[in-house]
Formats: sequence, structure tokens, C-alpha cells
Amino acid sequence: MTSLLPLYQITVPTLEFRQLAPVLLLFGAACVGVLVDALMLGRSRRFRSEVQMGLVLGSIVAALVYTVYNWRVSGGGELVAMGALMLDGPTYLMWSLLLFFGLLAVMLFKEEKLGGGANAFASSAAAIPGSVDEAEADRYRLEQTEIFPLTLFSLTGMMVFVAANDLLTLFVALEVFSLPLYLMCGMARRRRLLSQEAALKYFLLGAFSSAFFLFGVALLYGYAGAFDLRAIDAAVSNPVYGRGLLYAGLAMLGMGLLFKIGIVPFANWIPDVYMGAPTPLTGLMAICTKLAAFGATMRVFFVALGGEAWTWQPIFAVLSLLTMVVGSVMALTQHDVKRMLAYSSIAHAGFILTAITGANQNVPGGQPTAVSSAMFYLAAYGLATVGAFAVVTLVRNAAGEENDMAGWSGLAAKNPWVAGAMALFLLSMAGIPLTGGFMGKWMVFSSAWFGGYWWLVVAGVLTSLVAAFIYLRLIVTMFGQAPARTTFVGDASYWTWIPIIVGALGTVVLGVAPDLVLGPATMLGSFLR
Amino acid sequence: MTFPWLTILGLVPLVGGLLLFLPMREASKWLGMFFALLTLGFGIGVAVMYTGGADLSVQVPWIRPLGAYWALGLDGMGLAMVMLTVILTPIVLLVEWRSSGLAGRWSSQAFFALVLILEGLSVFVFTANDVLLFYLFFEATLIPMYFLIVGYGGPKAGRAALKFLLFSLAGGLIMLASVIGVFVVSASAGRPTYLLSELAAVPLGGDVGRWLMLGFLIAFIVKAPMVPVHTWLPDAAEQATPGSATLLVGVLDKIGTFGMIKFCIGLFPEASRWVAPAMVVLALVSIVWGALAAIGSKNMMRLVSYTSVSHFGFMVLGIYAFTTTSLSGSMFYMLNHGFSTAALFLAVGYLVSRRGTADIDAFGGIQKVAPVAAGMLMVAALSSLSLPGMATFPSEFMVMSGAFGRYPVIAGLSTLGMVLSAVYALRLYRRPMTGPVNQEAAAPFEGRDLNVVERFAMVPIIGALLLFGFYPQPAVKLVEPTAQAVMQRVQLADPAPAVEGVK
Repeated sequence: MTSLLPLYQITVPTLEFRQLAPVLLLFGAACVGVLVDALMLGRSRRFRSEVQMGLVLGSIVAALVYTVYNWRVSGGGELVAMGALMLDGPTYLMWSLLLFFGLLAVMLFKEEKLGGGANAFASSAAAIPGSVDEAEADRYRLEQTEIFPLTLFSLTGMMVFVAANDLLTLFVALEVFSLPLYLMCGMARRRRLLSQEAALKYFLLGAFSSAFFLFGVALLYGYAGAFDLRAIDAAVSNPVYGRGLLYAGLAMLGMGLLFKIGIVPFANWIPDVYMGAPTPLTGLMAICTKLAAFGATMRVFFVALGGEAWTWQPIFAVLSLLTMVVGSVMALTQHDVKRMLAYSSIAHAGFILTAITGANQNVPGGQPTAVSSAMFYLAAYGLATVGAFAVVTLVRNAAGEENDMAGWSGLAAKNPWVAGAMALFLLSMAGIPLTGGFMGKWMVFSSAWFGGYWWLVVAGVLTSLVAAFIYLRLIVTMFGQAPARTTFVGDASYWTWIPIIVGALGTVVLGVAPDLVLGPATMLGSFLR
Repeated sequence: MTFPWLTILGLVPLVGGLLLFLPMREASKWLGMFFALLTLGFGIGVAVMYTGGADLSVQVPWIRPLGAYWALGLDGMGLAMVMLTVILTPIVLLVEWRSSGLAGRWSSQAFFALVLILEGLSVFVFTANDVLLFYLFFEATLIPMYFLIVGYGGPKAGRAALKFLLFSLAGGLIMLASVIGVFVVSASAGRPTYLLSELAAVPLGGDVGRWLMLGFLIAFIVKAPMVPVHTWLPDAAEQATPGSATLLVGVLDKIGTFGMIKFCIGLFPEASRWVAPAMVVLALVSIVWGALAAIGSKNMMRLVSYTSVSHFGFMVLGIYAFTTTSLSGSMFYMLNHGFSTAALFLAVGYLVSRRGTADIDAFGGIQKVAPVAAGMLMVAALSSLSLPGMATFPSEFMVMSGAFGRYPVIAGLSTLGMVLSAVYALRLYRRPMTGPVNQEAAAPFEGRDLNVVERFAMVPIIGALLLFGFYPQPAVKLVEPTAQAVMQRVQLADPAPAVEGVK
């Protein structure tokens, strides 16, 4: 038969199912989740969110276990799915972190005790705010259980994003993980107009940056004649034509990627989106989106454009300086806790970018590479961030979350444990020793210094001081001032307490015994070219 | 490796402090005191072992990729500081037994917990033989101190504590850049390491060494408070309770001078020689400025903290004069100053706890009503002005006589500090204690002279001051090897005397 149809023969793509299992598991669970929403009608509707949550937790845990297993078995370093994905050390590292933080963040989605039986998402996102429909949906206690499969789709996209070995896969993954986020941004239960505005802003700007990204991909394809990262690297090392296309493509692609991270001047969306989005989702975006975007940025710039390092390093240096300064200074002026955390997340992105600027990949003496430094920082930052946003959901007034800093005053008198945990998270973000944040700062700055950017380190420590002031101010508010009258600490279920406890323990462990994470991270710190 | 005595010594108060965060009622103070005394016992044990010649150092890999070790060890100076810490802690707890836990403050249980945590962290600071480890604990001590000021301080405690924290953090973060730089240099030289003993072999000279040294030095200058970055100290001390102020000035600020000797000079001998003339001048400015500011203070707590600025000037002068005598004098002073300041802060604290204010003008003729309190203040003030017979005298004398060999003019000018110290010390005593009895001020003292506990708390402090005043040998012998090691490290010899003594 085959000989009869030689022209129509299609090569069956070989897929390494074992290696791809973590991605497929999440994707499969997401698809089942969609079916659950479609099929569980009538009386069984009540159990939807339990079933969905089970799917999410099960698939993420299974994927996490599979990732670790795969890493133990194959040790990293193979191309899979016809060269679309690269499973090397950093991939395993980032997948583990993505899944771990995804797991923590998604727990907050399920918190219903805090809101008196309703979670942080709108009961019917399609209903017009303030309309009869909305009131009815609230009355019948409807739930948008779509958030769970949407989160899984988003996580799937992020996992592909950090592993993508060619620019097209990269772009597809970018869209896969972004679209669900745009959607969920607009689904906050309280302050719905603000939430919808955030979603629209995020979507428009995101679409705009995607266009830049895609244009950059096209230009680089024009330069190298290939999408494959290593082929681009080869073309950079042995240029055939002039470099105009390369530089233009590099700039456009960089803009798209830096937008996703939130680097000044592409960070304007972050404060509005973080503030408007439902707080559990903000937690997810603050850590997982950043992690994925940093991972992909490093892969593209180290693997494909490493030969041009001397071109983009100075630009990154200036951008990281700008980002650190603008993020810290703007955070100083905020009165809304979520907005303050948003600006501070911009500053953190600046700190991490210093490590990428250093671009040390194979260093003498086996000390951490740029990748492992950035990932360690993200791990420390992620633990503190997930915990901090969980605490944000806890501090409430009669109308819902109390995000105004004035309402946080004297929180320590009301609940010393919650205030203490928040103080720990803030100290970690400030980079005080014996917390993970300090070790993270240490690593990214040493990474920058190895690349020769000692002045960036000096600038970095000075902006750290400004940044520290931001967090200390909130600590002073919580511990040193008279208790605010209308604020109380909500009664939460384990879905909120687990992220807080894990975040606090992890923050201390990373600060006291960083070797536990740093050991593997250093081992997995180099991209395979 | 032998039994990790030093690790235990630091862990005992840390564990005790963390235990105290568990809910318990009346037992908490006793438990806190138990842990403080247990630490004191361990401290004495360690001191006995050290003087017996035992090697107490510990060295375990801690963060392998960074070449950082859990490395603890003692030298003479380190032991002196550790002993100071473990002796002062139970005294502070005793003094604050009742005064903490007043209305508007946090619980006394939390106070005890924070003090114990601070003690444990300080022990690790003074014993760390690894740069990163030292830095970690150096910064970590800020947190309990911050909460001690915020939770138990006066009406402006929040601002004062924030100022303290920001100044210290600014210094600390600049030092962080240097700490990272040391790592990069050592990694480029072959293998990354943070061990002091291994870093001695790493070339840290030249311009790089100077910049890195400055990073460390700035942090220590802020910490030790020297003019012009001393302004956080009076504010913090004014707002803190006497006990916290004692720990802040007596123990924590010593990290500044301690760090100068162990890290600035230990890591960068060449750069330290280069910076010495500037530091000597800065020390002189601190001596005079601190004394003048003390004379001008209207608040007793502020006055005491300004005297410390002046005294820290003497210590720094002794360090950067680079003679065996002045260095030994400085380290001896670091120990004495801890006791001397403790005596002052506690004596002032007794007055404040009765009168409710530290304003000098609010007192008058108290001596006639409360003679014991007056006597305590007198002894403390005399110790502050370095009266012969008090421990501060030999140490200050050693600093000046040693410094005279190398910087005669500066050493000569520094005697101004001694003259001015008489002015502020007597002013501290004269206004509140002598003169006609101010009825309003004396009323709270009527029949409420120092009680047994308050007297008892002062006994070990004044005892130590008198002991070392008349018999300084043990303490000087303890720190002298450290001074000699420093001289060897900077490769300087003592200046030859112009006239040889009779042999």
C-alpha cells in the first residue's frame, strides 16, 4: 500500500510520551475539566468544583512526580517531540517550580470559607455588573468552575513555553498560557468593573506585545532561515548577510518577552492588572507568569542569541537599572497593598534581570550560573509572594478584602500569627538574611558581578534599600500602629492556610539551608545547546 | 572535629527564644531566665575550655556551591565579646522583669523571647569565621532589635526604630556588595570560598581590595556609630527601654569595631593601612563631637548614647593606630564599655522608671531622697569619665599611649575627649542629684529607693568594672594575642620608643 501512495506519505511524528507526560497530564486533565463542566448538570452541579479541584490537584501532583522521575531517569538533555521541545536541566528545574507554585496558587482558588461560601471569582462572569442576572447568579450560588481547566491550560502553556526549542512553538505556547489569564483577570467577584478594566488592558497590551513578538520571530527567521534556536545560534556565529535583520528581530522579540516579565518600560500593565484581578489569580500571575517568561527569555537569549551577548548585555543592564529604580520608587508611593506588591514585583523583575545581564553560563569552580541564580531568586520570591497574596485575601472588612494600607494598621494586635507570617514574607522580599530572599539577592548580584557588571550590583544594593523601606513601612503599619477598627482577619479554610504555611516554612528553609535547593539548581543550571 | 560547643552556645538562647513564642503564662519569664542562665553557664564553660587551650572551632560545609561554611571559632577578642553578651543578657532580663509588659506595650514574654534570640544571633556574629555566615547574622540581629524598640519603646519608637533599621540596612547592603565582590575575586582565583582562613591566601590587594574594604568599613562605621552617621543611635536609645538600649549599645554596636578588626583588617591588611590616617581623623572627630553633643543633651538617655559615640571614637583610634598596645586597649575597651554603658543605662533607667521621663531638668536633689540610686549613677558616671580604678581607665590610657607612638598630635588632641567627659559625666550627676530637693521630682522616689532586684542587677556590672580597673591583666592577656595577630597581618611593627626604659 505504501508504495502506491508515495506522494501522500506523511511521517508519523514520534512523540516521547514518557518525557512529555507532565505536559500531557495537565492538558488531559484540562480537557476532562471542560467535559466535567459540560456534563455535570442538574443535581450533580453542586459537586463540580470539588471534582475540578480534584482534577487540578491530581494532575499537578502527578506531573510534578513525573517531572522529577524523568529527570532522575534521563538526567536532562534531549530533544523531544520532533525537536520542538528541549528537555534539559533548566527545563526540569522550571517545570518543577512552575508545578509547585501552580499547586500552591491554585489552592487559593478553592477558598470558599472566607467569603461565606463563595470564592474570589464572579459567580457568573458574563452577567453585567450590578444587573439582575448577577444578583440571581449570586442567589443561586452559581460558580464559574471554568477557572480550574483554564488554569490548567495556562500552566500547560507555561511548561511548553520554557521548554520550547523553536520560535514558533514559543509563540504558540505564549498564546496558550496568556489567553486564559486575560480571561480570568476579568472574573473578580468584588470590584468587578475594575477587574474587567484590568482584563481589557491586559488583553490589549498583551495582544500588542504578541504582535511585536511575532514580528521579531519573522525577522529572525528572515535572518537565520530557521526557527530552531540552535540554528539561529549557528547563523549568528557565522553570519552570511548583514546584521540589520538580526538586530531588529532581537529587539522585537525582546520587547515581547520583556513585556511578559514586566520590565520597565514594558511594565505599565502590571499594577492595574495585579490590582484588578482576583487576588488568588494575582498570586498565580505574579509567580508563574514571571517564572515562565524569565525562563523563555533566558533560553532565547542564551541559546539562540548568546553569540550576540555583547550587544544585548548593556541594554539589559540599563533596563534592569531602570526597572529596579522605577519599581522601587513607584512602590513607595502606593497606599494599596496589592498595588504596592505589584510595583514591588516590577522591582524584583529588575533584580532578576541583573543575573541575566551577567549571562554567566559555565563558570569556574561550580558556582551558580545565571539560570540557577534567577531560578533560585524566583523560588524565594515565589514562596514569599504566594504567601503574601494569601494573607492579602485574609485581611478583610465588611465589603470584602481590605487592600488599603490604612486598614492594615495594628494587624499584629488582632492576629499576631498572620501579621508575623506577612512580616516574614515582606522581610524575605526585602532581602533580610535568614530568609530565602536574601540568598536570592546574593545569587543574582553575584551572577551580575561575574559578568563584569559590578556597577549594576552597587546600583542594585542601593535600590534594595529603597525597596526595603517599602516593606518595612507595611511592617511598621502592622506592628507599630493602633489597630484599625473596621478590619478583621477572616476565618479561612486549609486552602488558604496551606500556601501561607508552606510559604513561611519554605522562606525560612531557603534562607537557612539554601543548599537543599541550590544543590540541584546548580546542577541543572546550564542550557543544552 | 570535637563537640560543637560554640554551636550549642548560640543555639541554646535561640531555641529558648523560639520556645517562648509558644503560649504560656507565668512560667515564661522564669523559663526565659533559665535559658539566659543556661547560656551563661555554657559561656563560662567555653571560656574555661578556651583558656585551657582547647580548640573549639567548627567547620562544616554549609552552602557548597558558594564555598560557604558553618565555621565558628574563637579568638581572644571573640571570647571577650561572647562573655560580654552572655553576662549582660540575664542582667537585662532581670532589670526588665517588671518594667516590660506595661500598658501599651507588648507582652513581657515576647520581650524575653526577642532578647534571647538577639543573644543567640550575637553569639554567632562574634564567633563566625566565614564571611557569609557573619554577614547573615550581622543583618539578622537587626530584626529582634527592631521589634524590641518598636514594641516596648516610647511614643516615637516607630520612627526611631525605622531610622535605626534603615541606617543599619544601608550600611549592610553596601557591605553585601563587598561580600559578593570577595566571592567573585576568590572564585576567579580558583575555588570560591568564604572561609576567613582560606581568604587570607586570596589576593585582595590593589584597587579592588580598597573598594571592597570600603564596603565593609562603611557598614561598620554606621554600626559602631561614628560621626557623621551616628544620628540613629541617640534616637533609638532615647526611645528604647534601658534594657534594650544596653543591648543595642553595649553589644550590637561592638559588632562595628569587632568587624573592623576581624574583617576589614583581617581580609584587607593593605587597604586598611591605606585608610588608617583617614580613620584616625574620623575617630578624633567622633571623640570630640560625641562629647560635645553629650554635654548639650537635655535627655539622659540621649546623653548616654552620645558618650558612647565618643568612646567608640577612642576604640577606632586604638584600632587604626596599629600598635599592639592601642589595639589591645581598644579590645579591652570594647569589653569595658559594654559594662560601663550598661551601668549608665540601667542607672538612668531606674530614675526614668520612677519619674516617667529622662529629661535632666525634671530632676533635682534626688540624692537626698534616694541615696542608693544616686550612688549607682555616680559610679556609672565615673566609669564613663574613665576614673582611675574603673576598668575604663586602663583601656583608654592604653589606647592613647599606644596611639601616641604613631600619631602624637591626634593622640594629644584626643585627650580633649577625656576632659570633656568630665564635664558631661558631672553634668549628668549634678543636675538631677544635687541641689535643693525638687518636690515634684522627688515625690516618686520617696521611700522607693532601689529595691533588692535592682541593686542585685548592678552588682556584677560594677564588680566587673572595679575588678578590671584594679586588675586588668586577665582581660588584657586575653585580647593581646588578637592584637599581635593583627599587627602581623598588617605587617607593621610597633614604633620604636624614643627613650628606652631601664632594663
